[in-house]
Amino acid sequence: MNMRYTGKDQAKKRTLLEILHIDWPLLLSLLLLMTVGLFVIYSAGGQDMALVTRQVVRLGIGLAVMFVVAQIPPSFYQRWAVIVFLIGLLMLLAVLLFGHVGKGAQRWLDLGFMKFQPSEIMKLFMPMTIAWYISQYDLPSKTKHVIIAFAIVMLPTLMIAKQPDLGTSLLIASSGIFVLFLSGASWRLIGISFGMVSAFLPILWMFLMRDYQKQRVLTFLNPEEDPLGTGYHIIQSKIAIGSGGVNGKGWLQGTQSQLEFLPERHTDFIFAVFSEEFGLMGVLGLLLIYLLIVMRGLWIAVKAQDAFTKLLAGSLTLTFFVYVFVNIGMVSGLLPVVGVPLPLVSYGGTSMVTLMASFGVLMAISTHRRLLT
Amino acid sequence: MVKKRVSIRNHSAEANLFARRTFITFIGVVVMILILFNNIYELEVNSFEKYTTRSNKNRIKVLPVVPNRGLIYDRNGVLLAENKPVYSLAIIPEQVDNIEETLQELGEIIAIRDEQKQEFLKDMRGTRRFKPIELISRLSDQQVAKISVSLHKFPGVTIDARLKRYYPFGDLTTHSLGYVAKINRNDLIKIDQEGKSENYKATRDIGKLGLEKYYEDLLHGTIGHQEVEVNNQGRILRTLSYTPPVPGKDITLTLDIELQMIAKRALVGRRGAVVAIDPRDGGVLALYSNPSYDGNLFVHGISSKNYKKLQNKNRPLINRATKGTYPPASTIKPLLGLAGLDANVTTPEAKLWDPGFFKLKDGKRKYRDHLKWGHGWVRLEEAIMRSCNTYFYDLAYKVGIDNISEKMAGFGFGESTGIDIHEESSGVLPSRGWKRARYNQPWYHGDTVNIGIGQGFWTVTPLQLAQATSILVNKGTVFEPHFLYATHEQKSDDLLAEVSNEEDNVQDNQPYTLVPYEVNEKPPLQLKNSKHWDTILKAMHRTVKHPSGTGFGAFKGSSYDAAGKSGTGEVVGRAQDTDYDATKISESNRDNAMFIAFAPFENPEIVVAVAIENVAVGGGGSNAGPVARQIMDQYFANKTYLSKKQPLIKKSQ
Repeated sequence: MNMRYTGKDQAKKRTLLEILHIDWPLLLSLLLLMTVGLFVIYSAGGQDMALVTRQVVRLGIGLAVMFVVAQIPPSFYQRWAVIVFLIGLLMLLAVLLFGHVGKGAQRWLDLGFMKFQPSEIMKLFMPMTIAWYISQYDLPSKTKHVIIAFAIVMLPTLMIAKQPDLGTSLLIASSGIFVLFLSGASWRLIGISFGMVSAFLPILWMFLMRDYQKQRVLTFLNPEEDPLGTGYHIIQSKIAIGSGGVNGKGWLQGTQSQLEFLPERHTDFIFAVFSEEFGLMGVLGLLLIYLLIVMRGLWIAVKAQDAFTKLLAGSLTLTFFVYVFVNIGMVSGLLPVVGVPLPLVSYGGTSMVTLMASFGVLMAISTHRRLLT
Repeated sequence: MVKKRVSIRNHSAEANLFARRTFITFIGVVVMILILFNNIYELEVNSFEKYTTRSNKNRIKVLPVVPNRGLIYDRNGVLLAENKPVYSLAIIPEQVDNIEETLQELGEIIAIRDEQKQEFLKDMRGTRRFKPIELISRLSDQQVAKISVSLHKFPGVTIDARLKRYYPFGDLTTHSLGYVAKINRNDLIKIDQEGKSENYKATRDIGKLGLEKYYEDLLHGTIGHQEVEVNNQGRILRTLSYTPPVPGKDITLTLDIELQMIAKRALVGRRGAVVAIDPRDGGVLALYSNPSYDGNLFVHGISSKNYKKLQNKNRPLINRATKGTYPPASTIKPLLGLAGLDANVTTPEAKLWDPGFFKLKDGKRKYRDHLKWGHGWVRLEEAIMRSCNTYFYDLAYKVGIDNISEKMAGFGFGESTGIDIHEESSGVLPSRGWKRARYNQPWYHGDTVNIGIGQGFWTVTPLQLAQATSILVNKGTVFEPHFLYATHEQKSDDLLAEVSNEEDNVQDNQPYTLVPYEVNEKPPLQLKNSKHWDTILKAMHRTVKHPSGTGFGAFKGSSYDAAGKSGTGEVVGRAQDTDYDATKISESNRDNAMFIAFAPFENPEIVVAVAIENVAVGGGGSNAGPVARQIMDQYFANKTYLSKKQPLIKKSQ
């Protein structure tokens, strides 16, 4: 498996993309996805070019962040992950104590010059920390390590869930758990933890979930019960998707979105706009792009040189897919509404920059190769 | 256990483990994508129809478009019921910068009451900003003019027009046309029961009375639809399709507004009713009840103050022509005479001695004639002409109540005539069975004697009286009385082009054709000897022509050949041997004056029945007779004009 990195390869002239640490299949897929997103935002936002322009700027920033991150060799993260993770924990604690309240949830830390969402840091540094911890030992991990790692996962997860930000805590928890899974945690352990999570659910329902979160779950279970109240989002979204049919109503022709029946059109529910206007064929195309990105990410993981980078790349890729699955699942009525955007298509900032940073990490893993002896 | 520092990690094994796990997760990803895709497939393919319907239900609103109500014309084409625009002032808040200021400035042009302002501001809070909100519901023409001039200064202020029913002749036509008014809860229930809710979605008013009620379905028309696209706020973005409403049918009545005017003038200051019928087809030429009231009051919703005013002792709300029940009195004598002839209890030649009273064989009571000293020897013709009571006491007694009831039922007494308005009384045609049911008493001979002069239990409406007279002059042929002359049917376009070439036919130049009303003819009344008809009709002729006839004074010098019969109805029974003195009894107990007439004597074209309540002086001949005369004078004066309209085709032919 190390044949590629022989002297013959080294002698080969490095391409510009390699010098820039860019993984081109990944970049192309991302650009394709972003382009699709811009078109849908233009339609969903009532053909407001200003909205599109702002998103272009954000995507530009995201790409810049990705590019910068890609330049940093993975060994750097391996060294600093724990420290950043600990800082992140402290900031989460600070959020819980004196965080800024916005939209009924305490997520933001006001640093004076900017507002900052510490949970975003955790999206990157949770998998890094767990990967760092696990990769110190032989794989498959011992049960002891898995349990310790699991505890590390749960600490920030619960803090974020308490804010409350169920969507993000879900993403962060899964990013850590993916590392454990990929590191070869025994199936028996996986079974046990599944059982524990099931046992934990009632506790979550009774003590940790806020009323509005419970309402979301209830609405998910029976949206038609309250068609003008909380069920409105899901019903209108399903109508938008369903009325799209095989070929869709056409770009800018979706009545559910253009006539504003659909809520959160350019943010969380943008997939409904997309399905209404582009139909099943469009959905098929979109899912294929996502699958392509996931495949490339997993390929990078498999091809990565050491356990840390493998685990990190795998986890980041799978977390990205969790975004996709949760968003499409909730918009199409499979899952409760938990406020997760459709990655790189939904209009919006913070989480997109974090996502692009994680793609930067993936590219770094893919392009920074050390010679193995 | 090997210490990690010293052990050499088996990178190959780890890579294999990782690759396996990655492969498993990849399979997981593919499965999840398939789950998502399957769900989307379920929504977009299997449930496509359902969600398309719901999506359209979201965005497409169907706005009902109210059809214009059919117009009503009199027989000469005079408009009796029309639709007049009523203007209202509305403001679209979205288009106004400063509502307070605008109200202030509008108030300088026209008066805006404080409560209107408050109501408006209240409505504004609960309504979408792009929807017009009414400020003043009814603007006078003057106000419309004033605002129109400066409307350009008020963006967002609009004058809306909608059509409301208007009766240009006011109280002259109310008792026949009735009126329309706002649909109320009971109307809604009825509309729902009849399955017409869809058609009435946009309709505000409905026929409440008279012809407006009877011909509601004809006049209403069919609702139209405008399909519009709306957004989530309900704002109309564009019209997708438009189905115009089908306006209600215009109708022409047999009524002649000029005869109505004459009737009103003739009854001024008196309570009573006039009914004029064309005996050739049953068409009502005039139907007027005095006092009347203005139906327009009800169209916009009558105020309680105005309504109270209508509930006075003269009871203008009562349609006396169809709902007022009076003893027919002596107007019934010709028909009783006919019954006598038909029952063979008398002949035209048979003489009876009238001593001034009638006494039953074994009875003590004297049934008095209006002439104390009696008429002496009288035959049937004279008895009718001079209205001899004794002759008819005797005749009624001989014919018997059963026979009388049966014969008189043939003339339509005791049941509604079937006229095309719902407000009608059937009066009372007494019989043994009726008295048993009503009073639980047997029928006495004395009851029959009173029937002989149209008194006692017997009551009729003026319409019934006119109808009975029509049957008499038609010699048994019965047409149901009706107001409707014809329905206007819209011509199709090619038919229009075709008839426009025919210059000679004036009526065909109009965009509609008149579809004549189909007269309902009932089974005819048959006599054993049809000569008896002529005997009776001749007696009525003599009543008017002979100087000693009770109708002579009323029709003296008329240009046409009329016939008739008077009647003076007692409102309260009087003890025998007491004289009637109108000045000594209360107004409401005074006699009623009745009159029936027809003309021309040969081939009658008009039958008139008149009832006047509680006259001060005189009886039917001097009070009601002249009213009938005035109606007929008008009818024959205008005859050339009227003759344009031939009597209607009979249904049975």
